[in-house]
Amino acid sequence: MTTLRVALVGNPNCGKTALFNQLTGSRQKVANYAGVTVERKEGHLTTAAHHDVLVVDLPGAYSLAATSPDEAVTRDVILGRRADEPSPDLLVCVADATNLRLHLRFVLELLALGRPMVLALNMVDEAQRRGIHIDRAALQLALGIPVVETVAVRRGGAMALIKQLDLAVPPPQSHIATQDIHAQVRTLLQQTVSMPRVTDRRDEVIDRIVLHPVWGLVLLAAVLFLMFQAVFSWAAPLMDAIEATLQASGQALRHVLPEGALRSLLVDGVIAGAGSVLVFLPQIIILFLFILVLEQSGYLPRAAFLLDRIMMTAGLTGRSFIPLLSSFACAIPGVMATRTIQNPRDRLVTIMIAPLMTCSARLPVYALLIGAFIPQRSVLGLFNLQGLVLFMLYLAGILSALLVAAVLKKLRHDTSEHALLLELPSYRLPNVRDLALGLWERATIFLHRVGGIILSLTILLWFLSSYPAPPAGFSGAAIDYSMAGRIGHLLQVVFAPIGFNWQISIALIPGLAAREVAVSSLATVYAISGSDTAAAEQLVPILASQWSLATGLSLLAWYVFAPQCLSTLAVIRRETNSWRSTALCAGYLFALAYVASLVTYQVARVLW
Amino acid sequence: MRLHELPRGGRAVITAIYELSAEDVIARRLMELGFVPGEPVRLLATGPLSAEPLLVQVGSTRFALRIAEASRIEVAMEGESG
Repeated sequence: MTTLRVALVGNPNCGKTALFNQLTGSRQKVANYAGVTVERKEGHLTTAAHHDVLVVDLPGAYSLAATSPDEAVTRDVILGRRADEPSPDLLVCVADATNLRLHLRFVLELLALGRPMVLALNMVDEAQRRGIHIDRAALQLALGIPVVETVAVRRGGAMALIKQLDLAVPPPQSHIATQDIHAQVRTLLQQTVSMPRVTDRRDEVIDRIVLHPVWGLVLLAAVLFLMFQAVFSWAAPLMDAIEATLQASGQALRHVLPEGALRSLLVDGVIAGAGSVLVFLPQIIILFLFILVLEQSGYLPRAAFLLDRIMMTAGLTGRSFIPLLSSFACAIPGVMATRTIQNPRDRLVTIMIAPLMTCSARLPVYALLIGAFIPQRSVLGLFNLQGLVLFMLYLAGILSALLVAAVLKKLRHDTSEHALLLELPSYRLPNVRDLALGLWERATIFLHRVGGIILSLTILLWFLSSYPAPPAGFSGAAIDYSMAGRIGHLLQVVFAPIGFNWQISIALIPGLAAREVAVSSLATVYAISGSDTAAAEQLVPILASQWSLATGLSLLAWYVFAPQCLSTLAVIRRETNSWRSTALCAGYLFALAYVASLVTYQVARVLW
Repeated sequence: MRLHELPRGGRAVITAIYELSAEDVIARRLMELGFVPGEPVRLLATGPLSAEPLLVQVGSTRFALRIAEASRIEVAMEGESG
């Protein structure tokens, strides 16, 4: 039986992705369109008549006249212009039933293409709540295509659409003239829709607080602060549990395996190394939970509205806020998300400063160092000192990003026009299934990294730290004789002024591949060099006893800036299509990192 | 008057969209978003600390615009002629 190819298209904020999740459940695959970094989501569903349907979720677009790479992908797929993507057999155009005035315009534009099409009126439950009545039959007659009602966030809310997929859909029999789409929309609305009120009173009330010049900013600061406190305090019990499990399995292996290279590899390399990164999974999930909730509730564009003016002084737009916020999770999706910024210069600046946003991969490093050097104490009886320091590290990243952006703006003598043009969608309660699917996606990406790149680098480092084995009668620790030890001692010449010992210097190299690897590398280095190997699973007390406070703070400062992530640099290269920009980005970040660490170390040494 | 000159809370009707160049992408996008002559608009709020960005309601949708974008939109206040 042949597979029906269906593409979901619609304006941003029409609930398209929720509908996609409803249709395909967990049977989805996320990848990129070839050549561009626009996300491509596809999934399968089986209809009541046992037809196999392939559903592609196209990026949201306001029009076929694309103004961003996302919209260009949508246009090209619909028009069958992409070689890697056969044009869909059926377009399912998704429209927000509470906002047909805006969404019908795009529906009419697509209708003019004369392709088989179905209109899904989404969020009909919301429309009902607001007393909006849509005459579905009349709309269907006027458009000449099947019109179905959906509630993407309700179980079984896509039944009408799935039933429709079993029926053959002929090309539209439309009598709609396309010269003046706006006039057509007005006529259609008059004929088929009755709205007691154009806007939702609830949105207006919430916006009055959320966008208030004072309370809005207070709320924004509180939301971000809560997010960072939660990452630290909520995750703690889960992290303890993971750590205990890892330690127990390390102990068990030590009893089972005979003394030798294999035992060292598994216990010191794999478990101490990759395991120490795995511990941070709960924190990363909590961070993403916050970002997803903010995104789905419709709060993110409000934050962009509040911050636009500040961003403008730094030569950015409020639109940069969303890519930058995503960069707190990981700079890679952040850099990719800059594709929604139309102005090429704004986009470049946003890309340049995205690595300064503290990504979740830095969290393991911060968490380790804060745990070792900052006492667990409450400040003013309210805040956790460790959480406060973490907040300040994030703040340092943000402030330096604004500064760098402002400097770049000055250097460029930028006088071109910068558009904002941002839709502030209706507030929605985040949907549990959509949150769960989003978190699952992020968690698997993280676990793939742990299983792939992090594990292999950890093993490589274990090898470098173990061989060549010292000759009999060698007086120092075995690792001093190994390749890693020698490289570390060489590098230390460069890093001594900023207080890094050779263990740190060596951990920085594999840490280039992915920031969090630095933690596993330290664990591996100390596990091998330590006389009491069991203690190596307790990295925190080891660091606290062997490093000075100045060294700990210096490494924290280093991680605020250092471009310790080759994948980010690779994405920047791909997105800017310029080695020069990539080198400039890496160069300025390294310079900032070195200076910041130097100042931190020297000042801390004098003070304490 | 232009959209950004409306008082806060002010209601008006769009009378024209100005294209600043032959290929004015911003003007075209404004029209696609529903900023077309005859459409009622309302200036709901402005950003904190300054007159930008503007929170504008057109149809059932709210948009954040900067002055540069809003100044492409000619409006007439209700009860005002021309």
